[in-house]
Formats: sequence, C-alpha cells, structure tokens
Amino acid sequence: MPKVVIADDEPNILLSLEFLMKKEGYQVFIARDGLEAFELIQQEKPDLLLLDIMMPGLDGYELCRLVKSRDELKHAKVIFLSAKSKTVDKQKGYDAGADLYLPKPFSTRELVAKANELTAA
Amino acid sequence: MSSLTVLVCSLLYLCTLFLIAYWVEKRSRAGKSLVNSPYVYALSLAVYCSAWTFYGSVGRAASAGIEVMAIYIGPTLSAPLWWIVLRKIIRICKVQRITSIADFVSARYGKSRTLGVLATLICVGGLIPYISIQLKAVGDGFRLLSGQTISGGIGDQTLYITLMLVLFTILFGARKLEATERREGMIAAIVFESVVKLVAFLAVGIFVTFWLFDGPADIFGRVAAVPELQQRFVLRPGHTATDWFWYSLLSMLAIVLLPRQFQVAVVENVDEKHLDKAMWLLPLYLFLITLFVLPLAMGGQLLMSGLPAEADGYVVSVPLKFGQPGLALLAYLGGLSAATGMIIVETTALSLMLTNNVILPAFVGKANWQNRSGNSLSGVVINIRRVTILGLFLLSYLYYRTVGYQYPLVSVGLISFAAVAQFAPAVIGGIFWKRGTYTGALLGLIAGTAVWFYTLIVPTLVTAGLLPETLLTTGPWEMGWLKPQALFGLTTLDPLSQSVFWSLFFNIAAYFWGSLNYAQSTRDYNQAVLFVDIFRYARNYDSAIVWKGRALSKDLQSLLASFFGDEQAKRALQRYKQRNQLSENARYADPRVLTFVEKLLSGVVGTASARILVASIGQEEPIKVDEVIEILKTTQELKTVNKDLKRKSSDLEHLTQQLSEANERLRLADQQKDEFLSTVTHEVRTPITSIRAVSEILYDNPDLDDATRRQFLGTVIKETERLTRLINQVLDLERLESGRYKPELEPIRIGEVLDDAVESVSRLADEKAVQLTVTSLCRDALVQGDRDRLMQVLINLMANAIKFCDASVGKIHVETLCRDENVLVKVTDNGIGIDPIYHELIFDKFFQTQEHPAAASGTLVRTAAKPKGSGLGLAISRKIIELHRGTIHVDSQPGAGATFTIQLPLLTQS
Repeated sequence: MPKVVIADDEPNILLSLEFLMKKEGYQVFIARDGLEAFELIQQEKPDLLLLDIMMPGLDGYELCRLVKSRDELKHAKVIFLSAKSKTVDKQKGYDAGADLYLPKPFSTRELVAKANELTAA
Repeated sequence: MSSLTVLVCSLLYLCTLFLIAYWVEKRSRAGKSLVNSPYVYALSLAVYCSAWTFYGSVGRAASAGIEVMAIYIGPTLSAPLWWIVLRKIIRICKVQRITSIADFVSARYGKSRTLGVLATLICVGGLIPYISIQLKAVGDGFRLLSGQTISGGIGDQTLYITLMLVLFTILFGARKLEATERREGMIAAIVFESVVKLVAFLAVGIFVTFWLFDGPADIFGRVAAVPELQQRFVLRPGHTATDWFWYSLLSMLAIVLLPRQFQVAVVENVDEKHLDKAMWLLPLYLFLITLFVLPLAMGGQLLMSGLPAEADGYVVSVPLKFGQPGLALLAYLGGLSAATGMIIVETTALSLMLTNNVILPAFVGKANWQNRSGNSLSGVVINIRRVTILGLFLLSYLYYRTVGYQYPLVSVGLISFAAVAQFAPAVIGGIFWKRGTYTGALLGLIAGTAVWFYTLIVPTLVTAGLLPETLLTTGPWEMGWLKPQALFGLTTLDPLSQSVFWSLFFNIAAYFWGSLNYAQSTRDYNQAVLFVDIFRYARNYDSAIVWKGRALSKDLQSLLASFFGDEQAKRALQRYKQRNQLSENARYADPRVLTFVEKLLSGVVGTASARILVASIGQEEPIKVDEVIEILKTTQELKTVNKDLKRKSSDLEHLTQQLSEANERLRLADQQKDEFLSTVTHEVRTPITSIRAVSEILYDNPDLDDATRRQFLGTVIKETERLTRLINQVLDLERLESGRYKPELEPIRIGEVLDDAVESVSRLADEKAVQLTVTSLCRDALVQGDRDRLMQVLINLMANAIKFCDASVGKIHVETLCRDENVLVKVTDNGIGIDPIYHELIFDKFFQTQEHPAAASGTLVRTAAKPKGSGLGLAISRKIIELHRGTIHVDSQPGAGATFTIQLPLLTQS
C-alpha cells in the first residue's frame, strides 16, 4: 500500500485530499504545517507527498529540498498544490525538486491521475 | 657682558628669524600655509609696537608722565571702527589689487600718478627718521648691555645688524613678483618677534615690580612720597586732557595708515574674517605690553636716581644693575625684535611704494621698456624693489649716524605718526564720500604736509642748529603768530598737538574746498563709486567696465607676457575669457579684458603704472560720466535679473523635485495595488480550491454516506461564506482607503456603542465558553463618531480575542477609561499572545506570517490554531479609528495574552 503525506494549513482542503487519496488506496498521513510534515515523512518514508507551499514554520519549498537531500527519503514523489500560480513560483517548485506543480484550484481528477502515474513509475 | 657675546646673540637671533621665515615659506609652497589664522593676523598687527614702545614708552613715561599711554589707548578705542573702515579698505585693496597706502590714495583719485608720488614722498620723508631711530634703539641697547660706547665705521655693530636686516628684507620681503601675494615667511618672523618682545617686556616688568619692589602698590606708594616724581605721574590741570585727545587721535590714525600697518593689516590679510578676532586681540596685546610701562618708569626713576642712566634704557639697564645679565640680554633681544620687526615691514612697504608709484611709472611709459620681451621684466621689477630696499636702509642708517641719535625715541615716532595722519582725510573721505576729488586730495595732502613740516620738522632743524633760534622764540620776521610751535597763537596745546590740530585742520579744509570747487574727472568718479560702494560692486567688479577703447588682443597678451611669461599670460587670458564667455580669437580685446589686464598688472607695478601700461597699447576714448553710471546701473540690473533667474531656476528645480516625488509615490501606490491584487487573488483561491475539490468529490461519488455528504456540503457553505466576507471586506477597505467614505459623525456615548458590540459577540463567546466581562468607567463619555463603524471595530477586536482564546479557560475583559482629552477602550484577552515584532505588522493588509522571515524560524503568531480570517479585519479597524482621529495599538507578549487599545478624542462640550 503506497504511503502519502499531505501537508496543508487549510483544514477543508486536507479533508478533501484525505478522502480522495484514501479512496485511491493510499495510506494517508496528514500534517498541518511543514515541521509536522517533516517528522511524519522521516517516520513513514512515504512514496508520495502532496504539499502546500505557504505553511507556517517550514514552507513547502524548504520541505521539498530537505526531503530530496536525504538519501532515505528522496525516492518520494512530490506534488505541490499551491495558490501561488505565477511562473516564477512554479519554477521555484521544480527547482526545489518537485515532480509536479498544480496551482489551486486544481482538478481532483487530474491530481489523482497524476499521483497514480507518479507512484506507479 | 662682552660686546662680542652680545653681537653673537643678536646675529643668532636674526638667524632664527631667517630659519622661521624659510621654513614657513617652504611649508607654504608645499600647500601647508601656517599664517591663515586670526591669531597670526592679530600678532602681526602687533608690529605696531616698535622699539619705541619697548624702550621709548618707558622713557617718555619717566620724563613726561602718563600721557604716552594715549598711544595705546587710541588704537584700543578705535578697534571697533575697524569693522567699518579697515574691512572696507581690505575689500577695496583685494578687488583692485592695491599694495600700499600710497597706491590706495593714487587709485582712489583716478589712479593719479602725481598723488602716488606725493604720498610716497610723504611716507618716505616721514618714516626714514622713524626707521633710523629703530636702529638707534638697537645701538643704544647694544651699548647699554655691552657697556661699550658705539664706535663708528666698520666697527659699528649696528651696521652688521642692519646688513642682516637688509638681507632678510630682500629675501623675504621682495621675493615674489606680485606685490599682492602674501609674504608668509616675513609674517611668520614678525609674529615670532611679537611674541619675543611681549615675553621680554613682561619678564622685565615682573622682575622690577615684584623682585625689586613689593608689587605695584609699593612702587606707587614710594613715588607718591617724592613730590617732584608724584607731580609727573598725575594728570595736571591745564592742557593735558586735550593733549590726550590729540595723541589718541594720532595713534588711531597711525594704526591704520602707517605703511607697515597697512602692509600687515591690508596687503597681508588672508581673510577679512580675521579682523573680527584682531579687533579684541590687538587691544589685549597692547594692554599686556603697556601693563608694566608705568611701574618700570617709576621704578627706574626711584632706583636709578643719581645715576646717569637714560630712561629710554631702563628696560636693559635696571636688570643689569641688579645682577641679572640674562634678563638684560632677554630685554635687549626683545628690543631688537621690536626694532627689526618694524624695520623689516616698514622698508618692505616703502620699497613697494617707491617702486610702484615713483620709479616704475617713470619707466613704463618709455618705448624701449615695452619693447623688451620675454620674462625679463619681472626680474627687473624685483631687482628695482631690492635696490630700493637697500637704498632705504642706507638712508636710514646715514640719518641715524648723522642726525637721529640726538633725539629721544618717542618724539621722532610721533613726528612720523603726524606725517601719515595726513592721509586720513583723503583715505577716509575717499571710501565714504563720492564727491571727494583728486584736486581736493592733492590740495589737502600738500597743505597738511606743509603745516606738518613747518610745525614739527622746522623746530628739529633749529635744534640741530641749521636754522636760527629766533624762529622758535619770536617767529619768522618777528611775526609771533607764525611761531612753528604756537601757530596762530595757539599756545594752549603742546607743540605736537597743535601741529596735529593745524595740519589736519588745513588738510581737511583744503580737501573739502578742492573737492567742492573743482570738477571730478570721469576716471576719478568711476573709482569713487567703486570705492564707496565696494560692497555692492565687489562681486561683479570685472563687468563694471572702466575702459572704453580698443586694443589689439595680441598687444595685450604680449604686455602681460613681459611680466608673467608667455605661458602664464596666455593661460590667465584664456581662463578669464572662458569664465566671461568672451570670444577667444577676437582681434580687438573686449573692454573687460583690458580692465582685467590692468588689474593683474597693478598687482605687480602698482595702479598708476598699470594704467599707463594699458593706456599705451589701447587707444582710449574719453568716457562720459553718464556712460559710467549706465554701465554700473546695467551691472546692477543684470545682477537683479540674474537673481530673478536664479530664483526661478531654483523654483523649477523645486517643482521638478516635487514632480519626481509625486511620480515615486504613484509608482509605489501602483506597486502596492499590484501586491494587493495578487494577495486578494491568492486569498480568493483558497476557499475556491476547497469548494471545487469538495464539489468534484460530491459529483464523482454519488454513493457517499449521508454524514460525509453533509460534512462536505457544510464545507461548501462555510467556504462560500468566507469568500463573501472576503469580498465585502476588500470592498470595504477599498472604500475607506480611497477616501470616498466619509464617516457620518454624530456625538455618541462610547458606553452605548460598547454595550451593543458586546451584545452581538456574546453568542460567539458563549459558544466557545469564553468569559467576557466589561468595566465601563467612562461610559458616558461623548465622542464624535460613526456609530456603525465604531461598533464594527469593537466587534472585530472582541471577535479576534475570542478566536485566539482557548475554549473554556478563555477570559476577555473590556474596559473604558477617560484620560485627559481622550477616551480609551481596552480589549484584553488571555490567549496565545503576539510577538512584539508583529505588533505593527498585524495592522497591515493580509499580513502573512509565512512570508515573514521571523515566521520561517517557527515563531508562533496567532496562526497556531489557524482560525484564519480574511487578514483585513485589523487593517479596516485601524483605518476607521484613524478617520476618527484616534489611534489603535496592541500590547502583548507571546503566551501572555494581548491588549488592544483604542484611543479616541473626547468631544469637548462647548
């Protein structure tokens, strides 16, 4: 069962994401901020990360870089879900090592399809 | 003390002067001038105190009592006037490059050669005796100290000292071509001498007063005990008071008009501002150096009575007699410094006068003089100056050897004072009275000098046996009213005072009579205007053209080149033309260039010679008075127009500045708007994301259980509300900030508004089980406000407080207070608190903790529980309070709750 860690500070978004990923057969872990997310990641060594960018404590970019710099963690695929929609923000996301950057509001169908694609590869 | 020792000491002292002068000149060439200081300036003015002060004032005091003090009181009394007189003279001389008092008189009255020559002759004639008595003083001092009688010829030690002085003066007084350039080495030496003579005199004074006697009171007491001495040192009834007046007047004039004073005060002046300090420093110096004159004179009389000692020499003879040869040597050196300082500056000044006003004008007109090319002329000018210096020394020395030794110091000095006082009407009239003319000045000088000669010089000739004694006793041709020492029967004044009175009387009378009865030449008038109104014209002097005529540019340049060298002449002309935007290649020179060349040359050869030189190459056309006035007027108008232009230009600059500031503000506003839009967009995206995600889930999963479906639908509703709230607040804030919202102000009771606000949040508090208490100490206070808006603020603050408190244990306290002219509303909670670094930021629109650097390090702001609002509540509240002319701020520490305080001005009941 693939593991996914979802980090966002919006409870309602977490709610929907949790529902979606569970339905796709992922084991879901939820974090309200970057630090909490990093602890979870170190603990669970997930296959997929769904990350918001603007979070208190540790932001999404930093978190992604941290994960990608650890040998035991860097196999995880990273999808950014962010209200920041500018090209520069996207570029920053890919530079930090993300596999996909979806601006909010995103299509849940697309998200699920891409997530499955990434974890299957 | 052996004569050789004294001679060696004297020569060593003079060598010190050479070293100082040499060192200072070297530093000045290296750009490190030492003389640019008001203290140096004041000390150089102290060259006024010559050997006459050093030896003579004691002698005079001993023989004639205290009237000699007038010589030092005069300058002190007149010092405040220097601000008016001397400052003006300095400015005129700087602008016109005038180098001596004779040059000054000549320049003022139409650059007249005749006046220049006359003034020079008066100075030389009046001052040679004065210089020679300085030599005598040196010789007397020498004789006293070494105990030897002066021997004539080769063996005369005074001769060696004189020769050293000639060398010094030639080296440091006539080194540079331009007479207006400062002689820094010479000035430094003079300053050194001023210090030496003061120290020496004070040392002797203290020695006699406190060593040989028990202080001044002791001396005065003992003198009072001797009737004939006492008689001498008190003011006698009769003519003394008027004599005091004349002596004071004489010295007042002398301190400005003596050639050496003019040299140090005007020509060597570096900065007009130095005058400010000199005005009190010089009187202080005079006070110090005369402090012990009376004690010394009285003490000398008491100690040396019965001994054949001249009072002039007390300064040296008293210490010597009482076994203090070292002190006597110091006193002698002080006297030497006083004498040499005077001699050096006086001969420098006189040689400049002679060269520029007498010798050069006679040469420069000659054709063969001008045909000489190259730089050789500058050498000729300097050499002429050197020769005149030598000549002056020779003359003074001869006078000293043949005539001068018979007279006491002070009498000769006063005769010289009276001679230069004759310049007073021409100089003072010249700078304050435009109608003063050449004829007036000439007649005044001649009349004054003639009377001076008759009343002061003729009696000395009688004393010397050159004229019959009867001249003094019965008058020439038995005419008693013509007696030189009691002219027109004026017997109530002493001979000197009556001479000053009559000479100045005739001088002034002739000056006025000549000025009023003879027409003024144009050139004369032109200079008169420039002198009298110097402070008005000084700045655009160059454009006040005094030349009307044509001269070939080529000729002008070669004229300049013959004094300054080709390169320098070319450069000077080029620079002048560029500065005044004149064509560089004009065949005929612009009149302004002619004036400029004349001014440059006058610094070298004097005003009159420069005039002749320039006239010789330019064809001068007579210039009419109204033309001169027109020119001056135009200058004046131009200046006004110029001022207007300058003001306009600065106005424009100011406007440009304002425009660019406005532009910057707009740019900033634009940027803020962009940021605001981007933030709003971002804030809108978040609820829409939730709504879209949830809606898609609901759509794709029709088989959801009821509870989940309700939960998702609830989310949609909540997020839609959030979106609505956000949009409303954005619009609200926009309305407040744009200024379109005007609060509907009415007097309202703060307590009532608070009650309403509390009521509307009480449900919210109850839901979270937060305790809400109110203390309204100032509930009846009236404020001018918009009820709905103020309520909005209070609700916002209380809702925030509830939001950030923990459920069940949360406590919120609201209170109103009256303080001074204000009412305060405080909302205090016991929630998580706010770090002080955010106390300002939380009032900003969409303050995002995540974007803040401090936030990245994990500092908690009120986001832990994330009951996030729109991020606009506090911004709107602050805006509303500001529109009510109030303030809002927060006090809080993390973990220790927060207090938001609103302050509003009380409505004053009128």
